Amino acid sequence: MHWIHAAAFFVLLGSGLVLYLPALSELVSRRGLVKAVHIDTALAWAAALLLVVLVGDRRGLSRTLGELDGFDADDLRWLRGGRAPQGRFNAGQKLNAALTAAFAVLFAVTGFLLWYGERDTRFRWASTILVHDGLMYVSVVLLAGHLYLALIHPATRQALSGITFGSVDEEWARKHHSKWVEEIELRSSAD
Amino acid sequence: MNRAEVQDRPDVRRYGRRAFLGVVVAGVSALAWADRLSRHVGGGLAQLEALVPSSGWRIYTIGDSMPEFDRTTWRLRVDGLVERPLELSYDDLLALPRAKQTSDFHCVTGWSVRDVRWEGVRFRDLLAAARPRREAHALRFVSAEHPYDDTLSLEQAYLADAMLAHRMDGRPLTQAHGAPVRVVVPEMYGYKNVKWVERIELLPKAVDGYWEQRGYDRDAWVGRSNGFG
Repeated sequence: MHWIHAAAFFVLLGSGLVLYLPALSELVSRRGLVKAVHIDTALAWAAALLLVVLVGDRRGLSRTLGELDGFDADDLRWLRGGRAPQGRFNAGQKLNAALTAAFAVLFAVTGFLLWYGERDTRFRWASTILVHDGLMYVSVVLLAGHLYLALIHPATRQALSGITFGSVDEEWARKHHSKWVEEIELRSSAD
Repeated sequence: MNRAEVQDRPDVRRYGRRAFLGVVVAGVSALAWADRLSRHVGGGLAQLEALVPSSGWRIYTIGDSMPEFDRTTWRLRVDGLVERPLELSYDDLLALPRAKQTSDFHCVTGWSVRDVRWEGVRFRDLLAAARPRREAHALRFVSAEHPYDDTLSLEQAYLADAMLAHRMDGRPLTQAHGAPVRVVVPEMYGYKNVKWVERIELLPKAVDGYWEQRGYDRDAWVGRSNGFG
């Protein structure tokens, strides 16, 4: 699931920047093709998500969604800068997920309006491109932070093996996601 | 074994979905106010834009590559309903009376660039030697980027701030902006401002150009056409 998002995001960002920055537009020039890549990638991404939901591990997805949705007192303390035990996802990751999902919806809505507005003047609004642009700026900033934490920052980059291979170092998990480890131990001891 | 799911615990608040919905609603609502806000915050936004390598311009094309400009072989044809059809070289063009102006550029898709400095020829001066016939009431601008074209009525072409520009922001027009000449008519949306003009045809009346054939308005007044205003 995550890698579908990652791949689609980079293609959409790349093609989007070619459409947006004059230096790149001049270099690549084939606006019709780049536009097609941009739109087709967005559609393919939506289709891929649907596919995963339909044929994937829906219980696993549902559990993940629940974990991302729920904020407890520890999460709130963590967000305010304090140290507090975290579950499988720390509060920052939960917030990132909520924002990313919201942005994806907004990109899709504004993207659709940009495309449709070309064909039906009643739906061509000046604000649409401003919102689409604004989303892009904020997303790039969020992406920079995301990549820093995932690849560079010592306390968090261990998570990369989790999202890539499905498992993380146990000691690191105990330190940074203690409540998750406790839950696992509780489950396995009760079985 | 009954495993308590995370979200069933009583102290857990579903902030995740609230954050998600809140942002989506805020974003959708922005479709109603983003434009107005950007006009008020204009100055600040322009400074922000300066941080990004975009200069505010977006380069739109309809083909796979932009027309090349060869200074020695390029000619601007002026024909149609004229007494004397012309073929102007680039030097001929530069020798014509020059006009300068600073104006804004508005694209129908919603972005604008303010205070663009243009230098070029007013259409009256350009057409003087060709002597448009009495039946001529419109100009058709044919771009080297085929099949792009568009038309203006003579009255529209003779607006005080309309011109055939060959310099932008102190330099000769660059390839991306339509070198060597482009139409500049600030009171209308960008698509009327034809780039890479290679021919001007005098017609009895205005006809639909490239974008009009795709549903856009012929009289593309900024703020008063294409569904705006």
